[in-house]
Amino acid sequence: MSQKNRLASGGRVDRAKALNFSYNGRQYPGFEGDTVASALLANGVDIVGRSFKYSRPRGIIAAGAEEPNAVLQVGATEATQVPNVRATQQSLFNGLVCSATNGWPNADLDLMGYVGKVGGRMMPPGFYYKTFMYPPSLWETYEKFIRKAAGLGRSSTERDPDMYDKVNHHCDLMIVGAGPAGLAAALVAARSGARVILADEQSEFGGSLLDTRETLNGRPAAEWVATVVEELKQHPEVLLLPRSTVNGYHDHNFLTIHERCTDHLGDKAPAGQVRQRMHRVRANQVVLATGAHERPLVFGNNDVPGCMQAAGVSTYINRYAVVPGKELVLMTTNDHAYQTALDWHDAGRKVVAIVDTRQNPKGDRIDAAKSRGLNIIAGSGVIEVQGSKRVTGVSIAPLNAAGDALAGAVERLGCDTVASSGGWSPVIHLSCHTGSRPEWRDDVIGFVPGKTVQKQHCAGGINGTYSLKAVLEEGARAGAAACEAAGFSDAAKGISLPLAEEVREGKAMALYHIPHTKPTSRAPKQFVDYQNDVTAAGIELATREGFESIEHVKRYTAMGFGTDQGKLGNINGMAVAAKSLNQTIPQTGTTIFRPNYTPVTFGAVAGRDCGALFDVNRFSAMHKWHLANGALFEDVGQWKRPWYFPQGGETMQQALDRECKATRESVGILDASTLGKIDIQGKDAREFLARVYTNAWAKLPVGKCRYGLMCGEDGMVFDDGVTSCLADNHFLMTTTTGGAPRVLEWLELYHQTEWPELEVYFSSVTDHWATMTISGPNARKLLGELTDIDLDRDTFKFMDLRQGDVAGVPARVFRISFTGELSYEINVQANYGLHVWEKLFEHGAKFNLTPYGTESMHVLRAEKGFIIAGQDTDGSVTPIDLGMSWCVSNAKPFSYIGKRGMAREDCVRTDRKHLVGLKTREPKTVIPEGAQAVNDPKQPIPMTMLGHVTSSYYSANLGHSVAMGFVRNGHNRMGETVFYPLADGRVIEAEICNPVFLDPKGERQNV
Amino acid sequence: MFYIYCPHCGEHREEEEFHAKGQAHLARPLDPDNCTDHEWGEYLYMRKNPRGLHHELWIHATGCRKFFNMTRDTVSYEIKEVYKVGERPTVVAAS
Amino acid sequence: MQHYSGFGLLKHALNFHENWQRVWRNPTPKKKYDVIIVGGGGHGLATAYYLAKEHGITNVAVIEKGYLGGGNTARNTTIVRSNYLWDEAAHLYEHAMKLWEGLSQDLNYNVMFSQRGVLNLGHTLQDMRDIERRVNANRLNGIDGEVLDAKSVQEIVPIMDCSGNTRYPVMGASWQPRAGVARHDAVAWGFARAADALGVDLIQQTEVIDMVIEDGAITGVNTNRHGVISADRVGCVVAGNSSVLAGMAGFSLPLESHPLQALVSEPIKPILDTVVMSNHVHGYISQSDKGDLVIGAGIDGYNGYGQRGSYPTIEHTVAAIIELFPMFSRVRMNRQWGGIVDTCPDACPIISDTPVENLFFNCGWGTGGFKATPGSGNVFAATLAKGEAHPLAKPFSMFRFHNGSLIDEHGAAGVAH
Repeated sequence: MSQKNRLASGGRVDRAKALNFSYNGRQYPGFEGDTVASALLANGVDIVGRSFKYSRPRGIIAAGAEEPNAVLQVGATEATQVPNVRATQQSLFNGLVCSATNGWPNADLDLMGYVGKVGGRMMPPGFYYKTFMYPPSLWETYEKFIRKAAGLGRSSTERDPDMYDKVNHHCDLMIVGAGPAGLAAALVAARSGARVILADEQSEFGGSLLDTRETLNGRPAAEWVATVVEELKQHPEVLLLPRSTVNGYHDHNFLTIHERCTDHLGDKAPAGQVRQRMHRVRANQVVLATGAHERPLVFGNNDVPGCMQAAGVSTYINRYAVVPGKELVLMTTNDHAYQTALDWHDAGRKVVAIVDTRQNPKGDRIDAAKSRGLNIIAGSGVIEVQGSKRVTGVSIAPLNAAGDALAGAVERLGCDTVASSGGWSPVIHLSCHTGSRPEWRDDVIGFVPGKTVQKQHCAGGINGTYSLKAVLEEGARAGAAACEAAGFSDAAKGISLPLAEEVREGKAMALYHIPHTKPTSRAPKQFVDYQNDVTAAGIELATREGFESIEHVKRYTAMGFGTDQGKLGNINGMAVAAKSLNQTIPQTGTTIFRPNYTPVTFGAVAGRDCGALFDVNRFSAMHKWHLANGALFEDVGQWKRPWYFPQGGETMQQALDRECKATRESVGILDASTLGKIDIQGKDAREFLARVYTNAWAKLPVGKCRYGLMCGEDGMVFDDGVTSCLADNHFLMTTTTGGAPRVLEWLELYHQTEWPELEVYFSSVTDHWATMTISGPNARKLLGELTDIDLDRDTFKFMDLRQGDVAGVPARVFRISFTGELSYEINVQANYGLHVWEKLFEHGAKFNLTPYGTESMHVLRAEKGFIIAGQDTDGSVTPIDLGMSWCVSNAKPFSYIGKRGMAREDCVRTDRKHLVGLKTREPKTVIPEGAQAVNDPKQPIPMTMLGHVTSSYYSANLGHSVAMGFVRNGHNRMGETVFYPLADGRVIEAEICNPVFLDPKGERQNV
Repeated sequence: MFYIYCPHCGEHREEEEFHAKGQAHLARPLDPDNCTDHEWGEYLYMRKNPRGLHHELWIHATGCRKFFNMTRDTVSYEIKEVYKVGERPTVVAAS
Repeated sequence: MQHYSGFGLLKHALNFHENWQRVWRNPTPKKKYDVIIVGGGGHGLATAYYLAKEHGITNVAVIEKGYLGGGNTARNTTIVRSNYLWDEAAHLYEHAMKLWEGLSQDLNYNVMFSQRGVLNLGHTLQDMRDIERRVNANRLNGIDGEVLDAKSVQEIVPIMDCSGNTRYPVMGASWQPRAGVARHDAVAWGFARAADALGVDLIQQTEVIDMVIEDGAITGVNTNRHGVISADRVGCVVAGNSSVLAGMAGFSLPLESHPLQALVSEPIKPILDTVVMSNHVHGYISQSDKGDLVIGAGIDGYNGYGQRGSYPTIEHTVAAIIELFPMFSRVRMNRQWGGIVDTCPDACPIISDTPVENLFFNCGWGTGGFKATPGSGNVFAATLAKGEAHPLAKPFSMFRFHNGSLIDEHGAAGVAH
């Protein structure tokens, strides 16, 4: 098939490399160097979608990031679907599959369009706030239809086959945009030796120089671009990133760059390659050379396919050798857009008329148009377009000098393309991301970057500087200034800028919205924001209804909320609102630009930090053994802890019963390596412990261990553990698995900020030690086979610690118990962990040594009424509430952390929720954890709740359930009954009791 | 993302290495037991939370693990200075 | 007030929408009001509305430094639920939920309250214990809720990865079917329009620069544009600026103002029909009626009034979303922004009298204020009308931070809202 709009020569496409692609199920040809948009236009495709509210046919308007209409679904397979790809930014590749996103049955023949025509008038801004309210029950049905109609493309429903990456950079200069200003800045910076990153969203560097017909040094501008890029490549400190959009500018000169590494090669990245990469850049200085976007004008039916932005038309002609029509009417408020008519004419197509809104346009380009014999109609505007699926003609009319009223009769002209230009809007988005407010400049007719605290320099179009000569000079100056600020002086020396043509230009006119014979409310739709179907009438209505702040206008009409974020429409919308409110644009204000400049793939933001790498996995030294022995794992913090070790076809309960019984009857073993371990040294270590724990530490002898509770200043328990005295100035603290980092930081906080006079040092040694606890009546026999430590019950007593060899390696052995059994906690250097563990099993077979996981540990300790911080506490309970006043020493001289908090009015109430034991009336019934206690299960809802069950298990050793929970005033209600009404309708009755269910005198651990 | 100079390490590092720990210069009352509930509540919970210059405590959590103070503008996010615990700020809000 | 309806819309369409009335007036403030509400966000406007509607106090001004609903009302992720853990919070949020359920009709403004259900995921055994505890409490408090296992979660959200192969597998969830989302801007506008119709003066673009306090009692506020405006009572509802206003009145609040970030994808066709929240992996997501995936991040750790946070927070949140929904990897993030949340030490709000007589504060909603909007306004209006706390507001006195009777909702409020 021919590309009917493709010129035989010219442009930057490679005609030798023919490509095929599919759009809406039809095959089309294109060339290497095309974007999807240029290829569609080359093939004469007019309609690229339907508008979402009115279902109007829409065509391509622009050639870059500002395009609002050509957002396509791209992807040849389900897994590679990408919604809302801007056709103007997607490089064409062979085999690309794309389709329009809205329209039923398709965008070309859209039956919904009739609904739009008929119903469109019923859909002014905010119509949904005013209706769909009655009857209330129907809202959900209405909502389904609204949701269906909204949205553009669709998400893939399969896992992404591609990989994404991140890279961190530090550089002296980050230059955003590789147009003339950016290239000039980069050249200066590169020669200074600074480390430079130059990024540009396009597939090749050059920016506006890629489609200009202006010359540099009398040669095509692209030649200068090629020379500069060639030189930049030679500088080792320069990183060039094409196809890379700087999408966000964050505080302290941190920028993110979204690089599309392979999207121009195919749907899916080639094997082994990364599809997209986020560059995280910390820049000493930033140069913004982001250019400007041309504003189309607002007039009747300005969305009919064939209505385009003038600069976009020139880009298609000059860069892609595509003339998107036969007969052009150009409407402009400025000299620059005349270039589009010149380009069109020089491409051999007909320019019907240049309609200039100014009464007396004068300038070099106007002269050039005149010399070509083009028809210039001054002091007029296109008020309306004819046609539905393609422009067939325009109505033009004379304007008054201010441009706010018609001043003569309407005339019709035939054409198939209307290009319009209302001037240029600087691309200031990035400069606003860190909170800087832009400033309006009447001479620029646009917003330029405002004051900022960032180390930022702007050059070229972003400043409203548009003549090529001035842009190059500003670029070089900004580059030099940034180098100077980054410590590379004399940068500008020896740089000679290429000679640009001098083009004399007349003054542009500040005009945005072309009046019509009818009032705006009755005129044909005049679109401001195409993607969201926001019209001038809609904006006027919003202001009439009292939405006077520009933010209200935006939110009420949805202006600027599309995927183009109002790049084309926002200034026009502000102008319409300002006029309607009798204000200036700066009085009306601007909305805030936020990242992203253009949308960024979620996968790229996440990079590799998903799947298995979503978070760190921490394993103990014995993890391999656990895997080999069928452990199931529980996530505790970042740790994978063995949960239980089912054997054969055991259910969980069966496994727990076996593990618990084996431990109480012979010996069990737990991998306790994950408990936090903090090594504490210094002559004031003991004093420090006394201040951070609630109990006494002054007299703990060397070789002894003690359990401690830690509270916040509010008196609420936040962690617990056993701390051992290794030497008079050396302690080892253990913490809960999840609480370890927080406890260490807590200790450091108090030491560094409150008590720096105490000589004490803290080190985390959690990972240095492998910890295994053997527990049960045969624990001593088992350990005795492997150690040189004297295990005699009278010399190595409960709560003692000893150092010696276990299984041939140095070990610390603590005789502490979380099960209530005779227990030894063996600590060896982590590298020896697996060795010692396996040795224990070698010798333990005869004792039926049984590994148990966290779940059996929970059962065994619950039988003993031991708490687990975080399960039996929740940040709202004091040691007293827990029934642990034995662990609080108010006789200590120093007012330890938590003491004062516990004494507050609400904390000394005697009827707080107390932790108690719970014995179910039906012994085998296990109350679900989380069940809520009430006194009277028959009371009406809302019920008065007394507290919840924190820990609850079936105890195979006791033959009945054991539970702990909070009950209001529970310590004073021993023996009384509470009820647990459950979601399934059952009510469980339980008696409040002492939480120590097994061996209340603690004899088993003292054997 | 902030770029923070750690006064202990003597280097600029990325914010990801640090944690903000709230208002700086909150001295624990020397005699908590003689504080009223009101006084203790003020110490525990009441904060300046200024819009503008703020002295706050940070920790170089994945670096040297040391705490330090920072004077920062809570609107522009400019860091005016960092200084060690025990030192006084030289940049202060005009009162 | 002009009544809104489908029929009215048709009538106006025939007139090219030229005759719609203003939604609210733009009045010049009077010298004195019975009540001044500082802050024209959702909560402040709701307060004004209920003051006029339920207490007959119509001589009321709402003073807003920017535009109505321009603070956190305009920046939140619009989740509405009431499944809080503690009785005090649960009753307050459920009070709000009941008001949400008839709000569009009450205001004659469609706030698009969509009761599509909220899932709070559990990823660890402790998460599941907390969920059981909370749902049991909710049910006994008369709040709908269920505990779901992973399989049931998968049935409700077929596109989520509930396979067990993720780093933190989904073990189950709490499910509140009556919860959902609403159109945030419409809430502010609906309350504003209805309050205005009852005679409340909405004073926009006017900043309170000082409090006028005589003998320990407030008598008015000083403003940048209209000088001193007097009032018998003043209520401050200024999320993101509460500490600043308290400072003007000479006292401190237990608040820290942090950036809270959110982001949206490009609009896509309907794919997610409920709200999914996960405290454990730090992400929450819903799909707006417009098609955007609306995603909330955690708060940034530092104090900040800049309405922007740090990028790693965004990265972490996006990673969490992809962890839950791997298929969204190729969808693209359109925009991110930040709000300022006033966080309280116990993750519960302050609705309270203050050390200054006749001055009341409603603040400290942290990351979860939007869901409470009608309830917060309703009880604050009663508090302002009577000069003493509404029964539902009583537990939320600022003086709880002195006597220690905090209501620690960190478990249920967590990061995600």
